[in-house]
Amino acid sequence: MNVAMQQLADPMDIRPFRIEKIRKELADTFTMELVPEGGGSFAFKPGQFNMLYTFGAGEVPISISGDPADPSKLVHTIRRVGAITQAIGNLSEGMAVGVRGPFGTPWPVEEAFGSDLVILAGGLGLAPLRPAIYMALANRHRFGKVVLLYGSRSPAEILFPKELEKWRGRFDTKVRVTVDRAEPGWGGHVGVVTKLVTGAGFDPMHTVAFVCGPEIMMRYGIQALEQAGIDSSSIYVSMERNMKCGIGLCGHCQWGAPFVCKDGPVFRFDEVADAFKVREL
Amino acid sequence: MVQVDNLGRILEEHPFAEGLEPALKELMIGCAANERFEAGQFLFREGGDAKKFYLVRSGVVAVEVHAPGRQALTVETVDDGGVLGWSWLVAPHKWTFDARAQTLVRALSFDTTCLMRKMDSDPILGYQVLKRFVPVMAHRLHAARMQMFDLYGPGKKG
Repeated sequence: MNVAMQQLADPMDIRPFRIEKIRKELADTFTMELVPEGGGSFAFKPGQFNMLYTFGAGEVPISISGDPADPSKLVHTIRRVGAITQAIGNLSEGMAVGVRGPFGTPWPVEEAFGSDLVILAGGLGLAPLRPAIYMALANRHRFGKVVLLYGSRSPAEILFPKELEKWRGRFDTKVRVTVDRAEPGWGGHVGVVTKLVTGAGFDPMHTVAFVCGPEIMMRYGIQALEQAGIDSSSIYVSMERNMKCGIGLCGHCQWGAPFVCKDGPVFRFDEVADAFKVREL
Repeated sequence: MVQVDNLGRILEEHPFAEGLEPALKELMIGCAANERFEAGQFLFREGGDAKKFYLVRSGVVAVEVHAPGRQALTVETVDDGGVLGWSWLVAPHKWTFDARAQTLVRALSFDTTCLMRKMDSDPILGYQVLKRFVPVMAHRLHAARMQMFDLYGPGKKG
């Protein structure tokens, strides 16, 4: 078994991956395709994350944004927001990054079989949801309605626009996109993402919802889903905290009782709803 | 008469009319007109007298802000089943934004001078109309606040 196959044999081991491809997504956001040095594959579940390491800068938790059905490459979509993501963003194709993972709980895609599926994403929150979307569409016949609701600040900041168009082109999937503001030329919706929930056409009694985006967007998104009749036990959220060790030892990502790195990042909303209400947590 | 019947049917299909008693619908229909706007056509412009509101039947209306030296900025779109325009309720009854058809738009418009007169003389109608406008205004206020938060801004630095 090669190194890349020994996933989590020692969760603190950093494995080298080669950057095979870098694609600019937005002004401050890029996607990297990584392959294990020395070959092999990388299995993961949708919603999981890796700790990405670059020499001299450190480690940062980044969700996996690729297709779980294709373990030959590891895909991460990263926004340059701090020193480490800037340093990773300055790397070129052919260079190496260190990877620890995959860590965390996945989106419960299989558990949602038989239900309508609503995916509510905001901004870069579409990236951690993309593996779940791939998996849901690969198993499309196992769901009732599949609805993807996506909000972005402006048309120029829509993540994965070609894929959104492709998914919207399917006859079996409803994709609704909105932006907060737009200049002439944009022919789509303008308004907050919560507005898309109304009229999305799912059966709230038999719907599972996955929500990911900035926390404030998730808070209001969940309110809208609950107002539409979806029970909080059928809503799942992906949380972002300051993950460091990735295995629940260091306590950096403790969020009330749970550790986001090992008990999350994907949580069933009714189990963490109280923590959502605690200010400064 | 036939035209009034048609307008009644159109109003009936709009979510605004849900739960509205037939007699009140009839009162409203007396102030209504069926309108059609081609893509690019303005429904109203900022600063104009707000003497109408619209129940959008189909199509998309962009609510826009203009600033000198800049392109128009769309701050909201209103589409099928939406309610457009509440400046008629608030003095000085001037439109505060532009509204432009982004696609072909079909809408029921209401002459608010006519409607306000009926609302003043029939408080039940007045209450029912306002009851339907308050949530529209509350949602717009809520949405505006959320847009101010910059919901999609970058998260933690890392």
